[in-house]
Amino acid sequence: MSTLVDDPRLEAGKPSGFRAWLRRLFTETDLGPIPTIIGLIIIWTIFQIANHRFLSPLNLTNLMYQMADLGVIAVGAVLILLLGEVDLSAGAVSGLAAGVLAVLSVKLHAPGPVAVLVGILVGAAIGLLQGFWTTRFKIPSFIVTLAGQIGWTGALLYVLGTTGTINLRDKFIVGLAGTFLKRDVPHGVLIGWLVGAILVLGYAFSRFTERRRRRSAGLTYRSVWTLILQIVVLAVIVSGVLLITNADRGLPSAMIFLIAILILFDFITQRTTFGRHIYAVGGNAEAARRASINVTFVRIVVFILASMLAAFGGILAAARLLAANQSSGSGDLLLRVIASAVIGGTSLFGGRGSVWSALLGALVIQSISNGMDLLALPSPIKFMITGAVLAAAVTIEAISRQRREAAGR
Amino acid sequence: MNPSASKIPTLELRGISKRFGAVQALSEVSFEVFSGEVIGLVGDNGAGKSTLIKCVSGIHPADSGEIWFEGRQVFIHNPKDAADLGIQTVYQDLALCDNLDVVGNLYLGRETTTLLPLDEVSMERLSLETLRSLSVSIPSVRTRIASLSGGQRQSVAISRAVMWNSKLVILDEPTAALGVVQSKQVLELIKRLRQQGLAVIVISHNLADIFEVVDRICVLRLGRNNGIFDIHTTKQEDIVAAITGAEFGLNGSAEGRSAQKGAKTS
Repeated sequence: MSTLVDDPRLEAGKPSGFRAWLRRLFTETDLGPIPTIIGLIIIWTIFQIANHRFLSPLNLTNLMYQMADLGVIAVGAVLILLLGEVDLSAGAVSGLAAGVLAVLSVKLHAPGPVAVLVGILVGAAIGLLQGFWTTRFKIPSFIVTLAGQIGWTGALLYVLGTTGTINLRDKFIVGLAGTFLKRDVPHGVLIGWLVGAILVLGYAFSRFTERRRRRSAGLTYRSVWTLILQIVVLAVIVSGVLLITNADRGLPSAMIFLIAILILFDFITQRTTFGRHIYAVGGNAEAARRASINVTFVRIVVFILASMLAAFGGILAAARLLAANQSSGSGDLLLRVIASAVIGGTSLFGGRGSVWSALLGALVIQSISNGMDLLALPSPIKFMITGAVLAAAVTIEAISRQRREAAGR
Repeated sequence: MNPSASKIPTLELRGISKRFGAVQALSEVSFEVFSGEVIGLVGDNGAGKSTLIKCVSGIHPADSGEIWFEGRQVFIHNPKDAADLGIQTVYQDLALCDNLDVVGNLYLGRETTTLLPLDEVSMERLSLETLRSLSVSIPSVRTRIASLSGGQRQSVAISRAVMWNSKLVILDEPTAALGVVQSKQVLELIKRLRQQGLAVIVISHNLADIFEVVDRICVLRLGRNNGIFDIHTTKQEDIVAAITGAEFGLNGSAEGRSAQKGAKTS
């Protein structure tokens, strides 16, 4: 991609002024999630102007409640994209897991935890099968998972039988998504602040421990002020979320699951050997193989994890909607999942990204659909706007990739 | 000129042959390389250089012949056997992950952990030590490979190859894709490998580069030895002659006989 460097506009001397500064900013520095955050602020501003209830505690709590299942499935999509693969079956798998859960719980009267566990295991089995199929026969994953998407949708219809819609009543299952920290949990507000404080302190502790270790090993280390700034930013986000949700019903349990999953998978991808190997396979699978990494094993395990996350996301969605039906996991869910991952900054081409992009991307996607619902826009308009936003997001990703390659990053 | 001539060679090949169907890729090739020595492996396209290297690095084992490593006969069936002996090969594609930083690449497949989490601190420290001992200059070991120059990438790949108690390093066209300055950096690095007592085999088409770093040159022609030359007593034209098969190149040196035998049979 040397074409950008060869662009005469970039070669023509050293242009001065604001435009040059802007150009340098976008071509030479790695902005990370900042463009997406700016986009989110713009979206929120527009919707707040259009409807003053958009940024109310009630609606923001609803937003978090609605985005959690999307976010959980998107974490799985990020893992698959890091490998340089794609999983088109995530939506169908989430629907099938919801269907299995509903049939077990309502028709067969299985206890809630059992139904949830079996639903997640169905996801694991599907991931194993698809991962095995992709690696054993060396078929592109988008073909295998496209076949999967059709097949698992069929399985959902088969499992539901003639019933069509099954309404969930089991307290455990419904409580998975819709337990609100302030409204439903005794001392919920206090517990929320305690856990929030532990998170911030734990983060601070790990940052300072790392700094001390690097310093005593004679390596470069960040200044105390940088660390304090990072810790303060986290503390502001945590207390902001708690203050806003506590002004309404409190933090929904679905969001707590999403946060826990994000922390767990951030650790796995950034701090473990297995996580390093995911990035290596996504960056250069042949190099990973020659470095005696078991590429097939890494791929299959990631497929299993992604399908388990899709299944759990589907279960959370069913718990939120209090039902599983023939359209569970269908429609634009798959596209919203992949768009969440990409909007958040995970590359479609493997090896670049972070699980946090699932959170940021799901927040953007869900803000748009929540805002449009609030404005009661008609369906045709909603579809067109959603499509345009997705196209714009993927275009921005492609441009930033070209810039990155031109700048050699 | 070889300082370790009396010692046991690090690697000794005796009569290596390899056939692919009807094609005799290698016949009866022999040479040896000592520790602290750089040997150049040259030959025209299809002369058998790559096949020979693949036999040593275990990608496709030889049909016949013996491989001796540090005085004992060894059998190399797969890349892991070669790695276990301390033989590392740096191929032209370098096999680096562009999206990982230098530390991640140096430790790829050998990550250090403290219980579960990666031990980034000790990996980074040892990476710095290795790169310093080889005088490899890189802006930061936390730079992604994608933002390094070709010469720096080659240096990282070579550093990785020597990092793990390697005894023999095979470099396939290390300067092929590099500019003048970067080639110079890599050639200096190869000289430092020799100083550190490694045995090095360099495959190259660039005779100027070969003459700058190697001690001896092994010429392959049509899958056979076509002479082993000491660079201090050889002119570049002699090597060219040996590569192309012109007769007059053969008198100066030791192993002309196999080539002459080959000339008769062909």
